[in-house]
Amino acid sequence: MKKIGEMKIVSQKEIAKNIFQLILQGKLVSEIERPGQFVHMKVGEGIDPLLRRPISICEIDRENQIMTCIYRTEGKGTTWLSKKQQGEYINVLGPLGNGFPVQMKSGKVALLIGGGIGVPPLYELSKQLRNRDIQVIHVLGFQTKSAVFLTKEFQRLGVTYIVTDDGSYGEKGFVTDVLKKQNFDFDRLYACGPTPMLKALEQKFPEKEVYLSLEERMSCGIGACFACIRPTKDREDKKGYRKICSDGPVFQAGEVIL
Amino acid sequence: MNRFSVSLPGLQLKNPIMPASGCFGFGREFAEFYDLSILGAIMIKATTVEPRYGNPTPRVAETPGGMLNAIGLQNPGLKKVMEEELPWLSQFDVPIIANIAGSTVEDYVSVAKEISEAPNVHALELNISCPNVKHGGIAFGTVPDVAKEVTKRVKNVSRVPVYVKLSPNVTDIRLMAKAVEDGGADGITMINTLTGLRLDMKTGKPILANITGGLSGPAIKPIAIRMVYEVSQTVNIPIIGMGGISSAEDALEFIYAGASAVAVGTANLIDPFICPKIITDLEQLLEKLNIDHISDVCGRSWKHGISGYHCP
Repeated sequence: MKKIGEMKIVSQKEIAKNIFQLILQGKLVSEIERPGQFVHMKVGEGIDPLLRRPISICEIDRENQIMTCIYRTEGKGTTWLSKKQQGEYINVLGPLGNGFPVQMKSGKVALLIGGGIGVPPLYELSKQLRNRDIQVIHVLGFQTKSAVFLTKEFQRLGVTYIVTDDGSYGEKGFVTDVLKKQNFDFDRLYACGPTPMLKALEQKFPEKEVYLSLEERMSCGIGACFACIRPTKDREDKKGYRKICSDGPVFQAGEVIL
Repeated sequence: MNRFSVSLPGLQLKNPIMPASGCFGFGREFAEFYDLSILGAIMIKATTVEPRYGNPTPRVAETPGGMLNAIGLQNPGLKKVMEEELPWLSQFDVPIIANIAGSTVEDYVSVAKEISEAPNVHALELNISCPNVKHGGIAFGTVPDVAKEVTKRVKNVSRVPVYVKLSPNVTDIRLMAKAVEDGGADGITMINTLTGLRLDMKTGKPILANITGGLSGPAIKPIAIRMVYEVSQTVNIPIIGMGGISSAEDALEFIYAGASAVAVGTANLIDPFICPKIITDLEQLLEKLNIDHISDVCGRSWKHGISGYHCP
């Protein structure tokens, strides 16, 4: 169930350039059902910024009611958030959205593809897939060396390929270059990252079971305001649209127009 | 609760707080957080004859103390609202104010006729002030004669009282208020959003796909209060005030300005519990200020020395 409450900051640190790892503790963690769900954080003290910020969940520790979020500072809101310190509280609404499906037969192979700030939610996903004895392959793309994070953690869970746009870390190129080269054999693909990347993946694997996590400007995060809408691909679809915040952010490829 | 009850055309409100249209959907998302029966009323999302998809995204852009939206009246259409949304809402003990919109006068008339038959619809809110659609919407809300005409036509067919939602994007909102009063409106709801524009720093292009959007949130509150102050002294029909309300103090300020009840919009998008919170806080605030009944202070800002006066 969705909750709203104050979560205590266990720690916060900059793990790459403008990339912050924020560890929060609170009852809300018990409500998280799936990897890929997100939370909506109040940033700032007053009315500027006005709206909450959607932040993805990177790791969950149910027992201790702790969750790790990784976000990039973009503007006023996330910069404010990055200055909050251990012991302080953040007002959090969540968990929101549907998340990635993790039901899968053991022994199957899952390919996880992340781009930039789309990488964090794949970490909890990968952990949960591993717990189900599913083999995971990670392909992670970043802009440049200073923006790379979480690589060791992913490597511990499975084979991990890293690319950067400028070649300053790992191979040079895009995640799709790795796919071309390696020609992986897999049963299901999960991806989170920039829309052009998701589009390319959808086109490349029309026959596969593909789950994509989308991003859009949001305001309420709970499906009330109709700000984050995507049209469905199926013209005969009854509604003709999906709300990214509440129907998504994860969709099976082909459900909505990217 | 007694100091709180407000009686308006078609509406017996247990308290003067209600969510504003467009910021609350049809209530489903908020029912996950609290019992909707505690609300004074609910203004449901604008309903048009046919389903509408609305505008392309991005549909929202933030501004200091506010936000621009250009949703474009997305809604499932009259049939679905009648068959699914209103029956679902009937489980709650709360009057519904149905916001209606259209591209032509005939559209407004069709929706009004049918939706006013729904047992839990106690009033209509005529949306002649949406700035985000190409046809209809604000086109009906900026010319007094046109506003009067559409009000009259809707009044002719509606089985419940009709409130008209005014746009602030006019030179003198009093003329619009007077026109809809002349057209037979039972009340006024005000204000809708102010047309605004935000540009992207990197591209120099508008952030919203619709180019312009409607500004809402705390940033517009002083404008709304000024307008309620003006209109309440111009017409003899009650006003439901709105525009940036996010606290009990804000709500009371609107009542002081001349509103009989208030609606909370954008604040619902930030705190799903904002309406229950304002209801609780307002009761305490009245207690603190020694106000016996909310209606006693309606229009207090301009009614010098009149005690016990109730707003229309």
